Amino acid sequence: MSTVRVCHLYPNELNIYADRGNIAVLRRRLEWRGHELSVVDAEIGDQIPDDADMYYLGGGQDRDQIIVAGDLAQTKAEALHRAAAGGSVVLAVCGGYQLAGHGYTGVDGTRMPGIGLLDADTVAGTTRLIGDVVISVDVGGTPVTVVGFENHAGRTTLGGASAPFGTVRHGHGNNDIDGTEGAITGRVIGTYLHGPLLPKNPQLADMLLGWALEHATGGPVALAPLDDALEMQAHRAAIARVTERRSA
Amino acid sequence: MTIAPRGLSVALARGIGALSRRLGRGGGTSAPGRVLLWLRPKAIQELASTLTRGSLVISATNGKTTTGRLIGSCVATERWRTVSNRAGANLVFGVATALLDAVADEPSPEFGLFEVDEFALPELVTRLAPRVVVLMNLFRDQLDRYGELETIAESWARMIARLPATTILVLNADDPAIAALADGNRPVVFFGVEDPSARLDALPHAADSTRCRVCASPLVYDRVTLGHMGDWHCTHCGSRRPTPDVAADRVTLLGTTGIDLEISTPQGAVTARVALPGMHNAYNATAAVAAALALGIAHEHIGPALANAEAAFGRSERVMVSGHEVVLFLAKNPAGANVTVQTVQLDPDPLHLLIALNDRTADGNDVSWIWDVDYEPLLERLGDLVITGDRAYDMGLRFVYAGLDRARMRIEPDPERALDAALAQLPAGRCLYVLPTYTAMLGLRSILVERGAANAYWHDD
Repeated sequence: MSTVRVCHLYPNELNIYADRGNIAVLRRRLEWRGHELSVVDAEIGDQIPDDADMYYLGGGQDRDQIIVAGDLAQTKAEALHRAAAGGSVVLAVCGGYQLAGHGYTGVDGTRMPGIGLLDADTVAGTTRLIGDVVISVDVGGTPVTVVGFENHAGRTTLGGASAPFGTVRHGHGNNDIDGTEGAITGRVIGTYLHGPLLPKNPQLADMLLGWALEHATGGPVALAPLDDALEMQAHRAAIARVTERRSA
Repeated sequence: MTIAPRGLSVALARGIGALSRRLGRGGGTSAPGRVLLWLRPKAIQELASTLTRGSLVISATNGKTTTGRLIGSCVATERWRTVSNRAGANLVFGVATALLDAVADEPSPEFGLFEVDEFALPELVTRLAPRVVVLMNLFRDQLDRYGELETIAESWARMIARLPATTILVLNADDPAIAALADGNRPVVFFGVEDPSARLDALPHAADSTRCRVCASPLVYDRVTLGHMGDWHCTHCGSRRPTPDVAADRVTLLGTTGIDLEISTPQGAVTARVALPGMHNAYNATAAVAAALALGIAHEHIGPALANAEAAFGRSERVMVSGHEVVLFLAKNPAGANVTVQTVQLDPDPLHLLIALNDRTADGNDVSWIWDVDYEPLLERLGDLVITGDRAYDMGLRFVYAGLDRARMRIEPDPERALDAALAQLPAGRCLYVLPTYTAMLGLRSILVERGAANAYWHDD
């Protein structure tokens, strides 16, 4: 049995798209396999460890995101960079993805700084990009369909140091132009997909858990297969809604 | 464009409504208003100005329909001839349709009572020029439709700044985002819940608006009543909850059937047994008392009026189906679902639940909100659970990852089969609690109408 340590950043401020659902999925899928999850919540002003197995950064309302941005840069960025260099997993969703990049320029030109874990930069658009998303993601060399919902005003473009997390099959993705969704550098992932992300995408959840267990134990860990029938029914239902809405 | 004469516009638009009903396109609750406003853009202003007793507008994330109904019951004691919009038809066209339908009434209506969608509120307040504006709460809701709560709070503040100095605001003192809307330039009646026993152990996960509106510091709660509402203050800048003028000093929850209330007001106490369960309905009733007093309704009529009020369709609505009692608790966002989860737990017996999750336009396409709801306390109280709706599998996952054994629930996406499955396993004498989203509620309710258990909604008033 192993314990995976997750550092949940700003659960009080960045929780708007049901981010705790992602944490629940990590916890149960470990428990069902005889492992366990230990979560450390880090709020504004808290110092964070630089050796957690995984860090989670969710999304917030604009007002909360601005409050958090300064604290992230001042009290947590250095530890996060050391952690990422040491093989920790970072999952940043929606607003958290924007903060994990270089920063966010608002419609009025104001700049909210990011921490540069991902080579991605975001500029506010005049309309919000909202709707169901289906993307294709490389999971251990195999293309896997990942479903979710997006709701963001930011248009994100990637630099050369990050690859797209996925390729858009339906929806807007990073910027509604280049067909990319999210960003990945090593084991740091940013994405606009909530829903939340992990319940309906069990293969992705297990990829992240495999990485986190590897960090926790120092070597590869085989994950026992689970009965994901319900997870895949929900996954297929989400894809079906995309098709139905498109033809409606 | 040419503006059609008023009489002709009204006649044409009314014809559309009749046609819509005859074609079975529902109650024709919006289409006639759309036609009317196309023919005559200022029709709402014109028709509203004929209401000699003015109008009252109510808005909130949760509780609009029920509170509107409670206020309507108070207004009825004064025998004011009242026009009001149907539940759900709460956008500009719905209000226009309601006014249109009332024009031909003889004698003509003298008072308007309108529940209005949060987004449509500023425009409708401008058009209706109401005497009283009741604002009850703002919770996170359907982020894909409404956007962020802050956006609505800001649009309401701008709307209030433009109101005449005579408009009376009825505001919830316990909701920091609503209390902050008092701008000092017009009369305000604050309402709130003072009962010291009305308290949750902690702020729920889905709590919003927990930062001070003045200085953005985290608020301190001496008492949390519901969601982010309660007795709040800011230790940093000293901003605090206003003292309610109309206060529920005593709230006694009578299981899942109702509440006993003692409400203090500047004109003396109002006591009532209201046939609507749960703390959220204590807020709805207290808001209704404040609104009734702002309208000048006789104080002694208010308690009996609340006691006589019946549930609005789908909102704690009780119906009998093949010998079983079924209670519909509309649950369409995290705060609303949380109070529903708390309310059904007031039933001391094992709970028999039918939960229905749709993701259509009126529900919001984004179903991620179910992960913000605290369903976990239901697990230990569960008798049976049937899950239905367009996104039944998503709701199933919500319970699986809450810790429920997959074999303990039945997932049946088809609502009629799900209802039958839930009724079939319901022990005699027990109640089935139905927790649907908005369109899921309409669907289940139309099945109940077909079975003669409930009234079609456009006849419901």
